Parts: sequence; structure tokens; C-alpha cells
Amino acid sequence: MTTVNISVHHVTRVEGHGDIVVDVKSGEIRECRFEVVEAPRFFEAMVRGRPYYELSHITSRICGICAVGHATASLRATERALGVEPSEQTQLLRKLNFHGEMLDSHVLHTYYLVAPDFLGVGSVIPLVNTHRPIVERALKIKKLSGDLCAMVAGRHTHPIAMTVGGFTHLPTEQELRDMQARLVDARADMDETVALFSTLDWPQFERETEYISLQKDDEYAYIDGRIVTTDGFTYPIEDYRQVTNEECVPFSTAKWTHHNRESYMVGALARLNNNFDQLHPRAKEAAAKLGLKPLTTNPFLNSAAQVVEMVHCVEDAIEIIDELLTRGIQPEQPPEVTVHAGEGVGACDVPRGTLFHNYVFDDDGICIEANCIIPTNQNMANLNADMKALLPQVLDRPQDEIRQLLEMLVRAYDPCISCSAHYLKVEFV
Amino acid sequence: MATNEKPKVAFFDFASCEGCQLTVVDALQTHLDLLDAVEIVQFREAMTEKGEDYQIAFVEGSCTRKSDEERLHRIRKQAQIVVALGACAHTGGVNALKNLHPLEDVRRWVYGDKADWYETYPARPIDAVIEVDAFIPGCPIDREEFIRVVKALLLGKKPSIPDYPLCVECKLKENVCLFQVGKFCLGPITRAGCGAICPTYGDGCEGCRGLIPNPNENAMKDVLAEAGLTVEEIMARFTMFNTYPLQEAKR
Repeated sequence: MTTVNISVHHVTRVEGHGDIVVDVKSGEIRECRFEVVEAPRFFEAMVRGRPYYELSHITSRICGICAVGHATASLRATERALGVEPSEQTQLLRKLNFHGEMLDSHVLHTYYLVAPDFLGVGSVIPLVNTHRPIVERALKIKKLSGDLCAMVAGRHTHPIAMTVGGFTHLPTEQELRDMQARLVDARADMDETVALFSTLDWPQFERETEYISLQKDDEYAYIDGRIVTTDGFTYPIEDYRQVTNEECVPFSTAKWTHHNRESYMVGALARLNNNFDQLHPRAKEAAAKLGLKPLTTNPFLNSAAQVVEMVHCVEDAIEIIDELLTRGIQPEQPPEVTVHAGEGVGACDVPRGTLFHNYVFDDDGICIEANCIIPTNQNMANLNADMKALLPQVLDRPQDEIRQLLEMLVRAYDPCISCSAHYLKVEFV
Repeated sequence: MATNEKPKVAFFDFASCEGCQLTVVDALQTHLDLLDAVEIVQFREAMTEKGEDYQIAFVEGSCTRKSDEERLHRIRKQAQIVVALGACAHTGGVNALKNLHPLEDVRRWVYGDKADWYETYPARPIDAVIEVDAFIPGCPIDREEFIRVVKALLLGKKPSIPDYPLCVECKLKENVCLFQVGKFCLGPITRAGCGAICPTYGDGCEGCRGLIPNPNENAMKDVLAEAGLTVEEIMARFTMFNTYPLQEAKR
């Protein structure tokens, strides 16, 4: 009978610290779980007593990868609490900045963190010699996305010019035209990326899952909208707690969540499953080449869904810049804010899934209560359910192969552990 | 470090957003040749391989629990040079904001009645635990400064970090002073080296690189008060990245 003991302490090529623990004695699975061991950081406590205008700058520090996502969700929560309405130009620039971060995060995950698994190496570094054109393409896309964010908000980690109601600095029309030319040029890199990832031999594994994301009537939702699930539920974002139901688990500094099943999944695959029709036509073509359509229930294909989103973001960024140039950049100042007591919820679908920030302010605009619900936390219960379903299917394989497969599953979720513990190690005990 | 072998470098992280390590990855975009000058033996965020025979350790993040101390001591024992990477390691950064509240309140606000499950104590910069040979300030670090520091270390020199205020760089950039346009800024007492990037993008300095030596804090407070900030807002600006050093100075 099979006995497997796997203990991967601090899973590598993920953002933050998490462990995989597997204990199988005589074919019986005694333990199979993913633990978040990242030091908890207590952001919800840090922002208490701080003025409203600091919050997006403090909470962007939750995560170096999705700093723009945190800043955007934070600003939306503050704006809703204080009754501030961002201009159309601000909304367009925020979307553009968001596309830059989505591209940056997805290229980092798919090329730097996932691709080495399929190319049989431990990191992207040996690929510099063996697969130079691939690495150079990744670096080029990474630089493009970073430069895009820098053009809008000064830098990607951590954005500077994003403020309550608007921006403290605006890109010039010449900068927008130059950036658009680079995005058009990046179409060829996107084609190569789709071609590369459509050749990968994704692990075969299916598990029926509830997928949750934001949704909007008029576009593929990243900022604002309503909460939808593939089980047919819809909620306004203010009711996020009915969806997330956060709870503490003793072996994880990241809290777990569940909706009407024991777990659900958020992220690129969830968005694709909910909002496929709103993808750009070129992104739909990419999805067809990668074998993705709703409803896709293989979690390993979350990385492929990220490739589809990369195509979407490049195309949509090109169109947003068209719109900005047609309108002309207006030298707007952020609107005056009148502070008063209030509560607001901001929601964004950041690279790893749906993110909620919720603040309560006193009469002076000082934050007196905060709640941040992070995509990686929302995925923890589902990742664990997937691990428990996958393990019995592969128990006859060599231990090293099982270990690698479990690590790949963890990576497919693209966990952002700094965020969640504000979490990765595999432990086969 | 005068050997023919490439120096071995390792990256470690503690309580942080890992944005400084990402900035290192980004710095490599334009300085791929750096990979020819050093051998990276450990960088968990980017690679599977783990080597323990490093000479230079870059440490990102703050020390926030007892178990972090043991890891830091192990790193110190192995490395000839320990570099604090970014504000969390250098001044405690935003992590130390929780030190402004009673620890038990902080734990209860976030984890409720399950607070005892999770180990934590007040956040500290890493030099509060181990000796540190060099600092790269900032939230996040500046890419070019990172490259300059690495070059200096490889040449066996002590890296030089500016000790003049941010205003110097801001003036050189010919920015309009933010105080002139009704905004406010911590530039007069904050260590330069970032190219005054926040004021350049229209947002006042938040002091992420730490304060200059002998800062005139009282004059700064007067200027901020004249700009219309309340006492609470002034304290908020002072403590955003510098809670730990300001609290230590009062001890």
C-alpha cells in the first residue's frame, strides 16, 4: 500500500511563504493541505486613526505585485464613503493603469514562475542561456507593463499619482502615443506567448467549482460592478460579506472564505468563466487556441486564462488610449473632498481575483475601522479542496512527481501570500 | 571579496510586500549583465534552487515575531555582508504603524478571538536584531540605487547613501515646491536618493527613505501647521514610515 510523506517548506516561485503538507499511510490520506506561514502584518489595524487621503498609499504596501489593485480598491472605498465621483478621464486612466498591472503580474506568473515547471528547470535564470528568445520576450513585456504603470502613476510599485478622486500628475498626449505604439508592437509578442503556452502539456484534472468574480454590463469587469457566481448568485459589492464569510483557520495566517459550497475560486479563470463574452475578440481567439471556454474546471488552466487576459489587456489598453487621445488630456485637478462620517466598499478584480476594501470614517475623515478581503485568502479553501481531490488520482506515481504536481497546483492559483497574510511552503511529513 | 569566484548572493524576506525584491527583478531588465558578476544562490520568490553558501545577503522586511530572530541570526552567521533592502528592513516601514496601538488591540481587531493562534510582536527594522552592513532605503527601493550599492559592494567599498534632504534633488529637477501649490511634503527632513519621485508626480514626500541626520523636526512641524495640517495630520505624516525610529528616539 502507498505511503507518501511530503513536506515542502516554503514553496518556491510564489509570492510569500506557504507550506504543503501531505501524509499518506497505507493508501489512506491523513493530511493534505496548504499552510500559510507568512508573518501576519495587521493592515486593518495599521490604517486605524489615519487620515482618509493616506489609506491608498498605506494599503498599496500590502502587495508589491498588485499595488495598483490595492490602491484602486482602496480609493473606490474611500470615494464611496465620502461621496467623491471620479471624472471620466480619471476612470479611463485608472483602467489603463490597471491593465498595466494585470499584464505585469500575469507575465511574471506565467513566464517567470509557471513556465520553468514545463521546461524542466528550477527558475527562469537557466533559461537565459537555453531559451533566450523566451526570456527576452518576457523581459520586454514586463518592461512595457511597468513603463505603462509608470507613465500613469509614477511607478508600478507603489503608485504615486493616484489619489482620492483623481490623479496628482497626468501623462502627456505624446507619452500616450508612444505607449500606444509599443502596445501595438506587443501584439506580435502576445501571439508568440499564446503559441508558446498552447504547446504546454497542462496536467489533466477537473473538479466542479463555483467561480466568483465581478461583472459589469458594458465591459469585462476589473474595477467596480457587481459580484456574480457560476452558481447563479448576484450581489451588490456592499454585500461582499455574504459571499466571503471569512474565518480563521489555525494553520494559516491567511483567513479562509466560503460561499454556498465549502469553497470557491476567484482569479483569471473565474473571470473568464463568468465574463467570456466581454473579452476582446483577439482574446477570444487566444482562448480558442489555448482550449479555454466557459465552463473550464481545470484549475491548472488558470495560468492559460491569464495568457488570454494578457491579450485582452493589450487590446483594451490600445483602445483606451485612442479614447483618451480623442478626448484630449484635460488638466484636471482632483475634486475637493468634504470630509464627513461614512462607510464605503471598494471592489476590484485584481490579477489573482476579487479584492474588497471596506472603510468606516469619523466626522474628520479619520479611518476608524477597516476590512480588506484578499483574493488569495478566498482561494485557500478551494486550493485545499483541489489538492485533496487530486492526490488520490496520482498516489501511484513516484513521490517526487506527486510533489511537483502539488507545487504546480499551488502555483496555478498564483497565490499572493504577502497579501493573504496579509502565504507558501510544501510539507510532505 | 577579492577572489576570482563570483560572489554568491542570497535574498531573504520577512514581513513585507516583496515589492523591493520585485524591484530587483525589474532592475535586472536593464542590467542583465549583473547576473554575470554575481551568482544568485537563493531567491525563493523567483527560483527553486537553494544554496546556503552565500557571502552577501539582501534582507527585505521587518522582524515581527520571535521565529524571525532565529532566521536573522542564521543569515548573519553565514553572510559576510548583510544589506537591509527597503524601508521595512531599514526603518520598520509601514509595518511599525501597528506599534502605535496596544498590541492586544491590534491582534483582536484583525483575528478576533482567534488572535492567540498567530505569533506577532511590535515590528522592528532588522538592525534592531542583527548587525547590518549597508542599507538601501525606500518604499520601494530605487532600482538605480540598488545597482550602485551592489557595484560598490563588489568593489569592496562601503556604499554611499545621500544624507542631504530630498529638497536638494527636487530643486535640481526644477519642480515647483508643493508648499507653493497648497500641498505639503516631508522633503526638508527626508533623506534624498529617490530623485524626489513623489513630488515629481505631484504628491508630497512621505518620508519612506527615513529622516536625514539631525532633522529639525520642530521647524518641519511648524511649516506643516502653516500649510493647514492639524496636529493629528502632522503626526500621521511623521509616523507613516518612521514610527519605529521616532519611538526609539523618545526612549
